[in-house]
Amino acid sequence: MDRSVLLSKLKVIVANYSHDKDALEYFNESTDFIKDLKINSANLVDVVLDVEEEFDIEIDNLSMERMVNVSAAMEIISDKLKEK
Amino acid sequence: MLNRVVITGMGVVAPNGVGLTPFLEAIQNGRSGISYHPLLASLEFSCQIAGTPVLSDALIARYFSEIELRNFNSSGILYGVIAAMDAWKDAGLTIATSDEPDWDSGTIFGSGTSGVDKFREAIYKIDALQTRRLGSNVVSQTMASGISAYIGGKLGLGNQVSSNSSACTTGTESILMAYERIKSGQAKRMLAGSTSDSGPYIWAGFDAMKVCTFKHNESPETGSRPMSASASGFVPGSGAGAFVLESLDSALARGARIYAEILGGNLNSGGQRGSGTMTAPNAMAVQRCIRKAIQNAGIKPSEIDLINGHLTATSKDALEIQNWAEALERSGEDFPYINSLKSMVGHCLSAAGSIECVAALLQMQHSFIAPNLNCEDLNPAITPLISTNKIPQKQIPHPIHILAKASFGFGDVNACIIFKKHIDN
Repeated sequence: MDRSVLLSKLKVIVANYSHDKDALEYFNESTDFIKDLKINSANLVDVVLDVEEEFDIEIDNLSMERMVNVSAAMEIISDKLKEK
Repeated sequence: MLNRVVITGMGVVAPNGVGLTPFLEAIQNGRSGISYHPLLASLEFSCQIAGTPVLSDALIARYFSEIELRNFNSSGILYGVIAAMDAWKDAGLTIATSDEPDWDSGTIFGSGTSGVDKFREAIYKIDALQTRRLGSNVVSQTMASGISAYIGGKLGLGNQVSSNSSACTTGTESILMAYERIKSGQAKRMLAGSTSDSGPYIWAGFDAMKVCTFKHNESPETGSRPMSASASGFVPGSGAGAFVLESLDSALARGARIYAEILGGNLNSGGQRGSGTMTAPNAMAVQRCIRKAIQNAGIKPSEIDLINGHLTATSKDALEIQNWAEALERSGEDFPYINSLKSMVGHCLSAAGSIECVAALLQMQHSFIAPNLNCEDLNPAITPLISTNKIPQKQIPHPIHILAKASFGFGDVNACIIFKKHIDN
């Protein structure tokens, strides 16, 4: 999947949980879910579930722990998509 | 030194009115909130009528963010938060936006269960081996303290934040617990109240016990019949009521409008001894609760103008009247006025005490006695005890200086509060 398509799909998902809507304007590969977007840490599991649904993949517990920023999320999603 | 405690704000989410103004109008005019519920019929309940608050999506969006409403499925938390935030606003208080919580304010907000629909949803997923797909908010919506946790966060409360639970006594108990905390100086303000989930998964157990009426599925508004000879069981209801309790000093200092002073009260249990069981009240304990409340408030029984009873519309109503008559040593024409809100909203279970206290204090504020619906055929076991004109069937204007409210619940638990109208000096 094209990186820019992946990035925009991810942005739509995390926007639902972000407490800082302004920060979404600067959404890019170095954005951190908690520090930049002020996502409640408890909601990170909801982000993962939404990602799984959107891309029809399953994210294992170890990958889930790492999925706290955009770059890690993109890497994990790309890897899982390749495995399909 | 002990603080005097007053009520400076109220909020209500009731089957016959959401918000103080619609609710006041409903209780003045005896408007019923009971309706036929096709869902209960499709689930083959005996009782297919109930009282549930009607809330639009637009109203809900004023209290909950989009993030909060994602995968939200807890009607009790919904009702409780709306009532609580309304009470806070009604008291003229603002919501702290600083990083530091409001150390002087807390909440004791009760419930019977929390998020039973959310719990059901989760159980289906768990049994389908989908635990990893539950999402993040099962715990916050189903923990017993879910409602106080939500309220504490909404208002930034920094004092005690807790939920009480004592069946149908919960709401009345929450007010007394909050009162004690302010009286003893441990808090300046407490948000008290209670809530109850809606729906079949809350009400089924009562339906199975045959304590709900099955005779009024065709005529919902006549189904809830406290004190009637043809009372045939209660009608289940839901909703929430909320109060801002505050020390008199704090209320006066900020020039707050005062609905009433809480003079005192009592909480006790019949211990499921004597005539008391898990589901039936021990009459000795009920009378003791009322007497102790009066003693604690420092009033004479003759000063009570209005009783807001528990009176659920079962065969126990006559026993409750007898308990009041014996505890107050007042009967016949000497008995105070008495009414039961349940004739309009049904039995709102854990929310009953708080919704009924809102109704009681509105009657005190506006000097009227709300009508009792559906008791045109008074129970013949009641009429020898008290004069029929003490059970008004139409709204009557009447000043109320002292009001007694009692609630009783499964587990043989009792609560009685004495409110006094506050007169500005």
